[in-house]
Amino acid sequence: MAYIPHTEKDRQEMLDVIGVQRIEDLYEAIPQDVRFPDLDLPPALSEMEILEELQAYAEANVETRHFNYFLGAGAYNHFIPSVVDHMLLRSEFYTAYTPYQPEISQGTLQVIFEYQSLIANLTGMDVSNASHYDGSTALAEAVILALHQHRFKREKVILSPGIHPQFRHVVRTYLQGLNLEIVGDENLDNGQENLQSMIDDDTTLVAVQYPDFLGRIYDFSSFGEAVHTAGALFCVVVNPLALGYLKPPSEFGADVVVGEGQPLGIPLSFGGPYLGIFATLDRYVRKMAGRLAGETEDSRGQRGYVLTLTPREQHIRRQRATSNICTNQGLIALASTVYMSAMGKHGLRQVAELCYQKAHYAAAEIDSLKGYRLWNSDPFFNEFVISCSHPVAEINDYLLDREIVGGFDLGRAYENLKDHMLLAVTELNSKDQIDALVSALKEFDHA
Amino acid sequence: MPEALIYELSSPGRFAVALPESDVPNTPPPDGLEREDLPLPEISELDLVRHFVRLSQYNHSIDTGFYPLGSCTMKYNPKINEVAARMPGFAFAHPLQDEEISQGNLAIMYELQEWLMEIGGFAGISLQPAAGAHGELTGLLIIGNYHRDRGDFARTKMLIPDSAHGTNPASTTMAGLELIELPSDERGNIDLEKLHAVCDDSLAGLMLTNPNTLGLFEEHVQEVAQLVHDCGGLMYGDGANMNPLLGIVRPGELGFDVLHFNLHKTFSTPHGGGGPGSGPVGVAQHLVDFLPAPIVDIVEPGDEEIPTFGLVTPQKSIGRMKTFHGHFGMHVRAYTYMRMQGKSGIRAIADHAVLNANYLRVRLRDAYKIPYDRVCMHEFVMEGKWPDTPDIHALDISKRIMDFGFHPPTNYFPLIVNEALMIEPTETESKETLDAFVEAMLIIAEEARSSPETLRSAPHTTPFGRMDEVKAARELILCCRPAYIPKA
Repeated sequence: MAYIPHTEKDRQEMLDVIGVQRIEDLYEAIPQDVRFPDLDLPPALSEMEILEELQAYAEANVETRHFNYFLGAGAYNHFIPSVVDHMLLRSEFYTAYTPYQPEISQGTLQVIFEYQSLIANLTGMDVSNASHYDGSTALAEAVILALHQHRFKREKVILSPGIHPQFRHVVRTYLQGLNLEIVGDENLDNGQENLQSMIDDDTTLVAVQYPDFLGRIYDFSSFGEAVHTAGALFCVVVNPLALGYLKPPSEFGADVVVGEGQPLGIPLSFGGPYLGIFATLDRYVRKMAGRLAGETEDSRGQRGYVLTLTPREQHIRRQRATSNICTNQGLIALASTVYMSAMGKHGLRQVAELCYQKAHYAAAEIDSLKGYRLWNSDPFFNEFVISCSHPVAEINDYLLDREIVGGFDLGRAYENLKDHMLLAVTELNSKDQIDALVSALKEFDHA
Repeated sequence: MPEALIYELSSPGRFAVALPESDVPNTPPPDGLEREDLPLPEISELDLVRHFVRLSQYNHSIDTGFYPLGSCTMKYNPKINEVAARMPGFAFAHPLQDEEISQGNLAIMYELQEWLMEIGGFAGISLQPAAGAHGELTGLLIIGNYHRDRGDFARTKMLIPDSAHGTNPASTTMAGLELIELPSDERGNIDLEKLHAVCDDSLAGLMLTNPNTLGLFEEHVQEVAQLVHDCGGLMYGDGANMNPLLGIVRPGELGFDVLHFNLHKTFSTPHGGGGPGSGPVGVAQHLVDFLPAPIVDIVEPGDEEIPTFGLVTPQKSIGRMKTFHGHFGMHVRAYTYMRMQGKSGIRAIADHAVLNANYLRVRLRDAYKIPYDRVCMHEFVMEGKWPDTPDIHALDISKRIMDFGFHPPTNYFPLIVNEALMIEPTETESKETLDAFVEAMLIIAEEARSSPETLRSAPHTTPFGRMDEVKAARELILCCRPAYIPKA
């Protein structure tokens, strides 16, 4: 019985106080015919034994410490300074609950306030909430904000095909009960011009991604204006790490900025937990979902922080809340707060620039190979598309034998991108690693 | 003493992390898209460490003291869980890498699915939902899709008892369903007559937390399920209170068609100051095809050897609820915990959670009013109010208990109890801790009469006093700009 401190004597004394003979007597309200099922579960393992078992499971995977990864597509292998995990392991942080009692939760509350500040400053927006589950659910919540802003009178949502396919899928799952028209992403060729032609006075929100799923970066300034002219909200899905180097989406007139926060110091962890970033303008703050920490003062005149504007939230407003979100990504937001502070003004820019430089080197080298061609010439950040003369799965198998995890097979997400590979390069990919990838690709084509 | 903000510790030229120089030829920046200024702080590593360590010390946490926060199940978070989740094979695997090089991760997810289905009495499960509320939305979308798939388009009503968590009605709205609130009877159960009256062919289902938020096992749960099923509705279970049911009863056998688990409550993954959680959704056989994709399954049953696992999409899946495979890091922790409990340990969790709660209930019942005073499960609700002390409220009791080194109970919830104080001790607390808590609560009850001001001005020994929440909402300072950017 792991983690249970009771001795036989304790149990007996407690049962005596309660006035029953056995613990079983406390379950009389439970229907007898289904009480005490005989569960088919194995016996307990000790810590020594489970560690051995877990080790075996862990070692059955390939991971970034031993293979060279060029796989991104929404989750990236970045360097995480040691200090980040050490702060996460402060158990005063990780074993605390949501800070509903501010007198004894100032640590968590000030961290949330600092997280909100860092995200607002990184995105150029006025205000950030305390986080969503991940980038995709943050995008779904952005649509819900827009629906509230237009009092559910506008029913069309325009999504760029450059938005992560899984994000678009999640938006559709979330909103399936609301009878909305979700368009724009039926065709990969729908660039700014086509999307702009779809905007009408029934459009509530238009969303684009920057850099987009295929790595491309565009200036959305005039597009943002067109969205506003039609009275719709403009949402930009970002890679927050790219904003270390690239113009913030506030300069495109974004009303809402959402994104996957994983690149900001969060381990890949086979897909989660990650971090849903959500930032917006002051004028939408009361329609925004999620928790918010605000500055105030305590009874002794000290500066302090509390969860504020809670009447928007489910525990107060119930069915009229802006969202059902309760638990969010508190500890992951802490990780990104420590990461952004540790990298700082110059470090984050340097990381982003390294990604950019190395990706461009890799793209040029691969483009010069026979059998591989850079898919288009648009500017990109740290991911790019290569047209291959063989199925991506075959190439990736070949690379895997050489301890390289190749790029994402775009045929899995876009019909007309069969035999196209999306490669990601980060600061962790050395020139040697890139050169090894290039040689392996070359060998494969000759093989 | 308040801690400076990270931006206030910043000074131009400082840094914590040095990076290598670029080892590739230079590429010019993207035309017109390069950022001019990046307003992040500049801070040394030591200053940064002290800042966050000092902040951590302003928190109450399970590791620093008793946390009897009702409906939150603040049990001990085993340290091995943290070690497990950080093993490189788990922490550094990419979610989109091929299944064949992710077999260890898929095996853990598969095993966790099996454990949860066995404990819950379900035929299928998805580990994708990120938290309890996310699981609720998932389950409600499953229910909606099930009815529509049968051509039953008129079922739009969800029944929810008045004692429910706020997420239940909020999730109902998000799922596009209509909420009907059900009153509780004088024993804290669903009022069966009222339920009868609203069961018709517009019913999508009923959403029930069992044990309910009073900590009481719903005495007519099988009749409720029968009534709902007889008129074509489905039963949704909010598994927030699953802890006292482990090995005691399987929700699937009580008639629940869908239920979300909270790994961060029942299965010891840390709350993290507000997440990340994990809210897997289990379903009965007739709903398996509607689960969100992907699910881990055996795709090749190896002969005697280890099988091959893969990700599969159920036939009529409601779709994807988030990117990738859910909060895998939490799956590893929960799996580790279950494996260390084993069959007998799983049952012992419930036994001791229920024992602890009833012990506290009986020891406090003379000093505090317990409006629904019968044998409880893992928690119980008292009134933080006495007729002879009109100026004392549940909030004052909550603030005063901090002075004794304890976290307050949940207050003002559930809404059906006046000035509610909801107490959940969990199974990991010793009798000595419970006795110390009782003693403090008895002193407070006495102080409420002898020196009410001590309660009203509490807490006294915490680093911060009561916060001015009105000022926070009025001034709405939600963000700090670096000094060189003037506030708007």
